Amino acid sequence: MPFKRFVEIGRVALVNYGKDYGRLVVIVDVVDQNRALVDAPDMVRCQINFKRLSLTDIKIDIKRVPKKTTLLKAMEEADVKNKWENSSWGKKLIVQKRRASLNDFDRFKVMLAKIKVILSSILD
Amino acid sequence: MAPTSKLSQGIKKASRSHTYHRRGLWAIKAKHGGAFPKAVKTDAVAAVAAPKFYPADDVKPRQPSTRKPNATKLRSSITPGTVLILLAGRFMGKRVVFLKQLKSGLLLVTGPFMINGVPIRRVNQAYIFATSTNVDVSGVNVDKIEDKYFARDKKKKAEKTEDELFETEKQTTKDLPQFKKEDQKAVDAALIKAIEAVPDLKAYLGARFSLRDGDKPHDMVF
Repeated sequence: MPFKRFVEIGRVALVNYGKDYGRLVVIVDVVDQNRALVDAPDMVRCQINFKRLSLTDIKIDIKRVPKKTTLLKAMEEADVKNKWENSSWGKKLIVQKRRASLNDFDRFKVMLAKIKVILSSILD
Repeated sequence: MAPTSKLSQGIKKASRSHTYHRRGLWAIKAKHGGAFPKAVKTDAVAAVAAPKFYPADDVKPRQPSTRKPNATKLRSSITPGTVLILLAGRFMGKRVVFLKQLKSGLLLVTGPFMINGVPIRRVNQAYIFATSTNVDVSGVNVDKIEDKYFARDKKKKAEKTEDELFETEKQTTKDLPQFKKEDQKAVDAALIKAIEAVPDLKAYLGARFSLRDGDKPHDMVF
């Protein structure tokens, strides 16, 4: 079972702990054995421990520590946002967010819709 | 008279003669024929007879508090037309429509009665969840309903003879006065129209709220 997702310059990762929880970041440099320098479009570049990152399949083509504008351009060209939102992992997160934001009335409507689906499958 | 200004502790800016003139003491003297009027000392001490009892300790008598309680603050999430979930009491779990806050601080709500059986009722803000769902209450007029509307009728105690005392109390069931039934209908008429305009809202208000397995109320958005 070889590894497929490597820590490398340009690897897109998801922050899974801390203040930036849930943010997609790009690894722009490796500080040492435990830490990487990461950057994202709406964030100040900072160092983060690898334990706080979950690597994704997406990789973009950048040189070590690019300028912010260069990084943004490279992310546009690689179409990171769309690739992420169409991946099954990204889709799951979007659904989770939507479910968490439902208000009481929405939850009621969802329950009615589920019952409708079950009933229609039974009656067909 | 403006107070005399000080240069430092105990040192006044103006001289004695200056302040004498400024305070108009010469005018007061002139008014009273050359001499400063002396206050008449009343012999108040001799007038009161020596009290029989002197308390052992000098204790100040307790004064009743003059602090008035503030009007209950209405949560910012509650506006006229908000759907509330009642958390306690006979209608626990029912989803009702908020109408207005009464002077006593209680909230005036209605089911509407035809939809979930909750009449025009007062409810304490502490025992409700406020949802983010709103119903259009622009057509509803609740101006004449105040706290007095809900006051209990005073029961008249009839004189009982000895025999009657041992009889079981006759349960006098009081029927709702007709005007209250009509008020309910009037308030609900406009409301029900607004509710039926929104799909599923009528069924939503008719259903009771409950927590299911896995529900985390602190995480849920209402």
